[in-house]
Amino acid sequence: MNLVGKHVVLHDMSLRDGMHPTQHQITLQQMIDVATGLDEAGVPLLEVTHGDGLGGASINYGFPLHSDEEYLRAVVPRMKRARVSALQLPGIGTLEDLRMAVDCGVGCVRVATHCTEADVSAQHIGMARKLGVDTVGFLMMAHMITPEQLLVQARLMESYGAQTVYCTDSAGYMLPDDVTVRIALLRAELRPETGIGFHGHHNMAMGIANSLAAIEAGAVRIDGSAAGLGAGAGNTPLEVMAAVLDRMGAVTGVDLARLMDVAEELVVPMMDTPIRIDRDALTLGYAGVYSSFLLFAKRASERYGVPSRDILVEMGRRRTVGGQEDLIEDVALDLARARKAKATQG
Amino acid sequence: MSDKLKVAIVGSGNIGTDLMYKALRSEWVQPVWVVGVDPGSDGLARARAAGLKTTAEGLDGMLPHLAADGVRLAFDATSAHAHAEHARKLGERNVVVIDLTPAALGPYCIPPVNLAAHVGTGAMNVNMVSCGGQATVPIVAAVSRVQPVAYAEIVATVASKSIGPGTRQNIDEFTRTTARAVEVVGGAKRGKAIIVINPAEPPLLMRDTIHCLTETEPDQAAITASVHAMVREVARYVPGYVLKNGPVFDGRRVTVFMEVAGLGDYLPRYAGNLDIMTAAALRTAEQFAQHMLGGRSS
Repeated sequence: MNLVGKHVVLHDMSLRDGMHPTQHQITLQQMIDVATGLDEAGVPLLEVTHGDGLGGASINYGFPLHSDEEYLRAVVPRMKRARVSALQLPGIGTLEDLRMAVDCGVGCVRVATHCTEADVSAQHIGMARKLGVDTVGFLMMAHMITPEQLLVQARLMESYGAQTVYCTDSAGYMLPDDVTVRIALLRAELRPETGIGFHGHHNMAMGIANSLAAIEAGAVRIDGSAAGLGAGAGNTPLEVMAAVLDRMGAVTGVDLARLMDVAEELVVPMMDTPIRIDRDALTLGYAGVYSSFLLFAKRASERYGVPSRDILVEMGRRRTVGGQEDLIEDVALDLARARKAKATQG
Repeated sequence: MSDKLKVAIVGSGNIGTDLMYKALRSEWVQPVWVVGVDPGSDGLARARAAGLKTTAEGLDGMLPHLAADGVRLAFDATSAHAHAEHARKLGERNVVVIDLTPAALGPYCIPPVNLAAHVGTGAMNVNMVSCGGQATVPIVAAVSRVQPVAYAEIVATVASKSIGPGTRQNIDEFTRTTARAVEVVGGAKRGKAIIVINPAEPPLLMRDTIHCLTETEPDQAAITASVHAMVREVARYVPGYVLKNGPVFDGRRVTVFMEVAGLGDYLPRYAGNLDIMTAAALRTAEQFAQHMLGGRSS
C-alpha cells in the first residue's frame, strides 16, 4: 500500500464518542484539557457533543454532566488552530440545537442518519450549509447495506449540501475489503469536490487497517480517538493511526509525541474501565451491533440476570439501528421471562 | 344510515384512505365525500368504488356541495401547509375540523385523555398531534394522574416504510409537537420526544418506550393499575395497542414498553403509527357526532 505524500485530515472523537464509555460524565476541565492538548498537537478537527449528538441528553441515552452548550462554550474559544465539530442526529436533536452549536462557534456540523435514511437529514444539512459551516453527512451502520445502496444515500446527502460524506462503521463490523469497496465506489461516483470520510470502531481490532483501506480507496478524513476512547472497544486509536501514517509517509500535520502524551496522560485516566476488546465488544463487532449499546447491555445484564452477550446478539437479530437503546431493557425483560419459563418447565 | 353524522375526508393519500375504510364501519359517522388533488390517485378510485362522492379539485371542488350534502365535520389529512386554508374555509361554513396534519392550529386531542374536554365546548378545530403522541401521551397521563411527573420522555421507533416524505422533510416537527403534547396533555412538567426509523425487513411494528421521572417515590401499585386501565382504554379503538413490558420502576424512573400493530385496513399492519392516528381521529369524530346529533336514539 502506497500512501506516500497523501494528505489525511484526522478528526478526534474522544470528547464525543468518548462520552459513551464515560457515561457522558466528562468534566468541563477534562474537556478543556484534552481539547487544548489536541489543539497543541496539531489535530485539525475535534468533536464536542453528547455521545448521541446535540440534544442527546435524555433518560434513553444518559444525562450528561453538562449541557452541549456548556461544553462548547468552554472549549471553542480556547482553540488556537483546531476546529470543533458538533454531531447531530435528526430525530434526537433539532435545528434549534444546531443553531446553538453554530452560535457557540463550531466550525463543522456532522449530520448523522442510519445508512438507509439519509432523507431525514435534508433540513439539517441544508441549515448547516446556510449557516456557513463545514457540513458533513454521516451514514451510520454502513455495513448493513451494499456499496451501491450506500452510494444512493450518499448522493442524497451530497444533494442536500453535504461537502463531505462519511461511511461510518458504527458496529466495528467491517473488514478492510468491505471498506475498500464502499469508499472506492463513493469516490468514483460522488462529485470530485465532495470529500469522503471513514469512521471506524475497534471491536474487531480493524480500526487502523480499515482506516488505511479507506485512505487508499480515496478517503481524506479519518475519525479516531485519542487512546481510542469511544463506544464499544473504542474508535480507531488516533495516536496509533498518526504513527502508522507517519511511517507510511502520509501527511497529517500532527505532532505525534504530543498526541501520544495527550492520550496517555489525559485521556487514559478518564476511563472508568480499560477500553479493550472484551467479549461483549467483540460480540458487537462480530454480530454487527451498534457500539454504544455496550454499557446499556452490561447494566441490563446486571439488573435482570441475563448475559449481556445474549442481549447484544438478540439486538443484532432484531436488526436494530443506532438510537434504539430503549429496546435493550425491553429485550432483557423478554429474555429474563423466557429463562424463567424454561426453568419452571425444566 | 340517515341518522349518522355526515363527514368529509380531505386528503386521499394513505391516511385519508385508511380513515375512509374505518369511517365506513362507524355507527356514528357516515363518510360522504373524499377530496383529493390527483385524479389518478388510488384513494379516490377506492372512494368512488365505495360509493362516495369525490373530487380531484381539492377542497374547493367540494365546498359548493357542502351544505346540500349536509357535511358537518371534516378530517384534514393533507399537509400542515394546506391546513390553514382548509381550516379557514371549513370554519366559515361551520364545519368541525379534525386535523391530522402537524399544523396544530387547534388544541391537541388525545382521545382517552382530553377528548371529553373538547366535545360540547364549541371547539371547531382539534389537532391529533402525531403518531408518537397518540401512542405515548396516554401513558404519560396514566402516570401523571397518579402523581406529579417532573419529566417525561418518549421514544417512538417506526418502520422506515411507514414514514412518508412529509415527516421526513420535517422530522423536527414530530419531535417538537410530540414533546409539547407530552407536557400539555400528558401532564409532565417537561417533555422530550425522540424518533428512530428502522428499515428492517419484514418491517417492525411500531414500538414506543415511555419514560417518566416522578417528583417523589413512585406509587408502584397505583401507577401499574393506572397504566393497565389506560392501555385497555386505548385498545378499545386500537386493538393492536399492547403493553410489551413494564411498568418498570427504577428509583423515580417509571418505564413502559408498548407495541402498536395496525388493523391493516389500507395501511399494512406494521404501520401501527399511522393506524393509531386514523383510529384516534375517527374516535374523536364519533364523540363529536354523538354530541352534535344530540337526542339520537341508538
